[in-house]
Amino acid sequence: MNNELIISSSPHIHTSKTVERTMLDVIIALLPAIACSLFFFGVGALVVLATAVAGCVATEFLIQKFLIKGNSTIGNYSAIVTGVLLALNLPSNLPVYIVLLGSVFAIGIAKMAFGGLGNNIFNPAIAGRVFLLLSFPAQMTTWPLPIVNRWQYFDMETGATILSTMKEGAGDVSTGASIASSMKDIVEVSPVEALLGNMGGSMGEVSAIALLIGGAYLLLRKVISWHIPIAILASVALFYLILGDDPLMPLLTGGLLLGAIFMATDYATSPMSHKGMIIYGVMIGIITVVIRKWGAYPEGVSFAILLMNGLTPLINRYFKPSKFGERSRK
Amino acid sequence: MLKTFRKGGIHPPENKLSALSKITDIPQSKEYVVSLSQHIGAPAQCCVEKGEHIAKYQLIGKSAGFVSANIHSPVSGTVRKIDKFKNAFGFETTSVFITPDGQNDEERHPLTSEVTAKLSSKEIIGIIDNAGIVGLGGATFPTKVKLMPPDNMPVDTLLINGAECEPYLTNDQRLMEECPEEIIEGVKLLMRAINVEKAYIAIESNKPEAIKALEKAAAHATGIKITPLKVKYPQGGEKQLIDAVLNRQVPSGGLPASVGVIVQNVATAYAVKQAVIDGTPLTERVITVTGPDLPHPGNYRVPIGTPISDIIEAAGGLPENTQKVVIGGPMMGKAASNLNATANKGMSGILIVPKRYAMRQKAENCVRCASCVSACPMGLEPYLIARLSELKDYKRLEEERVMDCIECGSCSYVCISHRPLLDYIRIGKNKTGAIIKSRKTNNK
Amino acid sequence: MNPIISAVAVLGGTGIISAALLYIVARKFKVTEDPRIDDVEKMLPGANCGGCGYSGCRDFAANCVGSGTLEGRRCPVGGDATMKAIAEYLGLKAETEKPKVAVLKCNGSCMARKHTSVYDGPRSCAIERIIYAGETDCAYGCLGCGDCVNACLFDAIKLDPEIGIPTIDDERCTACGACADACPDKIIELRYKGPKNRRVYVACSNHDKGAEAIKECKAACIGCGKCVKACPFDAITLTDNLAYIDDEKCRLCRKCVDACPVKCIKAVNFPDKPSISKEEAAC
Repeated sequence: MNNELIISSSPHIHTSKTVERTMLDVIIALLPAIACSLFFFGVGALVVLATAVAGCVATEFLIQKFLIKGNSTIGNYSAIVTGVLLALNLPSNLPVYIVLLGSVFAIGIAKMAFGGLGNNIFNPAIAGRVFLLLSFPAQMTTWPLPIVNRWQYFDMETGATILSTMKEGAGDVSTGASIASSMKDIVEVSPVEALLGNMGGSMGEVSAIALLIGGAYLLLRKVISWHIPIAILASVALFYLILGDDPLMPLLTGGLLLGAIFMATDYATSPMSHKGMIIYGVMIGIITVVIRKWGAYPEGVSFAILLMNGLTPLINRYFKPSKFGERSRK
Repeated sequence: MLKTFRKGGIHPPENKLSALSKITDIPQSKEYVVSLSQHIGAPAQCCVEKGEHIAKYQLIGKSAGFVSANIHSPVSGTVRKIDKFKNAFGFETTSVFITPDGQNDEERHPLTSEVTAKLSSKEIIGIIDNAGIVGLGGATFPTKVKLMPPDNMPVDTLLINGAECEPYLTNDQRLMEECPEEIIEGVKLLMRAINVEKAYIAIESNKPEAIKALEKAAAHATGIKITPLKVKYPQGGEKQLIDAVLNRQVPSGGLPASVGVIVQNVATAYAVKQAVIDGTPLTERVITVTGPDLPHPGNYRVPIGTPISDIIEAAGGLPENTQKVVIGGPMMGKAASNLNATANKGMSGILIVPKRYAMRQKAENCVRCASCVSACPMGLEPYLIARLSELKDYKRLEEERVMDCIECGSCSYVCISHRPLLDYIRIGKNKTGAIIKSRKTNNK
Repeated sequence: MNPIISAVAVLGGTGIISAALLYIVARKFKVTEDPRIDDVEKMLPGANCGGCGYSGCRDFAANCVGSGTLEGRRCPVGGDATMKAIAEYLGLKAETEKPKVAVLKCNGSCMARKHTSVYDGPRSCAIERIIYAGETDCAYGCLGCGDCVNACLFDAIKLDPEIGIPTIDDERCTACGACADACPDKIIELRYKGPKNRRVYVACSNHDKGAEAIKECKAACIGCGKCVKACPFDAITLTDNLAYIDDEKCRLCRKCVDACPVKCIKAVNFPDKPSISKEEAAC
């Protein structure tokens, strides 16, 4: 033996899991959704995806190089994950400059300004999306129709999503207003089509089956635990049932699956204990349905997650795991 | 469904490399250096003099207080000197240096079976006390103290710990496979010592041979049950083991006796049999020497006071690429800085770590993945406790129950950001413990 | 009504009502405090270092004012000047004390002590000390992780990467004792600063026997006792193989410095090559 002995504290073995591997797993889990978005939206999807990823990585790199001089965390793929998630939350015909703005906001304001990976309060991709939704409401809510627009980026046929149709329809009944009649096309989508993703919507949220495959992969690799997604989906379903609606279509459409599986489960912005996770999930589900039913926007997943992100520190403080020996048997 | 404990836990690769190698003796060393503090509590008081000739099993250190233990000579020979000697971690303890003469004169007092059958509880505990038996699972708490629980805590069950949940280590496993009858004898004696009718021997299911051997040996014993457990770390922790086998949870800060249980290691049971029936005090133990690159990982019967380097030599010597030597298992063992140090009663294994596994990976930001929270067997929040410890917020540390931490290392093991969670938790626990202690003495 | 006027009226009205409410609440819940506490606090250095034993300067000020005596109360940072000012203001008597400074009782630089192992963990002496005796063979000396540096609020301690142990800046050190508390081995001692900052001390904490100690560290005290014999003032004692100079008794003659075979007794801030007879005459 000719090396100086190394002394460190126990444990002396370590799991093979790393931050990089975890982020890579998230990207792998998103591949089916990415593939679907490319299939349905073609060129536009590719441009938006590439811009968002490049924008996020470049922002993180520049901030770490010039503003916060510290260890570079580019290598851990977290910026790529944010970029992909942001892109999947956008319509595929969004102009490049808007996508770039969203990326800069997501990484620069929502992530790096709070101290980088792990210290952010709000999910960067959702913060980016909500920022764009509030700043560019028109561009953000016109969705290109799938398949027909594959080879175009601009000037394509657009339509509303199934959710907005449902909502306008509901508005029509209750108020008698003429909003619905001003809509050019009432979208009709069957559950099977919703499952596959043949409908208008943000790039990544259209295909339920692709998202479910990704979720199954994440659960299998133990990247996420079941608590948050199941709590969200179950509470949404239950709430719709209580309101007397069929929960199937609302579950399969809109950003719900993408949000429940990939966005709400973001490590830094979700609670630490299983109890907390369930409360967080249920609250997201309830807020989502409330916004969908009675709010100004047809979709509320992003707002719900963002709101609950803000409440996460509070949940962590008051919903702690039960300690060993607390519920003594004797 | 196999039984296991309820909360948290991890399953690191088992790597029981030495599971098939029989327990063997090692060649005699040139000198034995026997430390007088090999147990938790007051160091023993030396009762031999320089130049004195001593027999094997002769008392050389006398227990100095209630929480203390006798030390006996592992060999016959001459006392070269009594001096300070550095242990494996560089701290000095008073030790007796013995040059063996190879004669092996023995001083032991075996008892006939008629006498042993009539021994009272007090007498058995007395013999255990005289034999210097301490908890051989690694904590080295004097066994006689554990066998005398406070009067207000009636004990109904003896739990024998054969879980050996630490990866790599196989010393208990081999002992259970090779000496099941002796262990059962020891368990019976322990049951008589604490007056209980029931005893469980808990063994993780990755040791089917050991389970079989003990089941066979215990076939005619009344009240002894072998309980196979699901493989999960840290099942060998007292509280976890009681939870797993008996479904009772020891309250925070409480003793196992508060739920009517006393836990002893299998090797301790074996030592009890040797002490009571064969009349030999505790002067040797089984040590696993293992490591991914070691030529002959194995299990050795080692007299206390044997230099660590001699033990490693018996297993084929240190490989060239060694960069860390861990005393104990990989999860809870301590890295040694001094290989001239000698074996003691608490040394369950020597793990030789090659260069490629020796260094830790660089710590990154906590990403709040909550793996540590799910892994913690005590239901604590390691990420938070480590952070509070860094911030020296001892008041909140106490509120977050840092004193419940059993230092099993599951949180550090699962951390995907490679944060040294346990390092910080341990210092926070030490400081908080000191504050609580001083507050108690002030209140008195 | 004109929308401008109504807007002004509503906003202005809200402002006036809030102001009135705030005023009433502030009057109602006002806490009366001895105004002298504020004045005493202003005299203190305001570092909130806790060197006085109280939690911060205000707590110390409140205690001085409240107890009506300065006995046993001292701000080590402000020293005699501050205590005198406080005493005058409160009409009390302050105890005077010779100024002190923190001193590291270890001289085990990288050159003197060979590193025999590598510590891989958080840079904290306290954490390293739990795990083992340290990177060198000496189990008593400085671990060099800088817990004292982090504890110092006055920027007086720096870790010198060249020698691997901290150096203490006499000018900045206020003898608040934070470093001495932070050191897990308690090898930082508060000693009298001495006239012109001159002082003599044993820069070692090793209790091992001579042969052992010198093997571990070239700068270690070997416990030979030559300094004890050399000292004309009986200021040096030898306990457990380690010499200690009592700073109450030391008259700075420096005979021990010359007598020490391993040069572990340090004399600081003396002029170079002093003539010993002259120094003795000065005493």
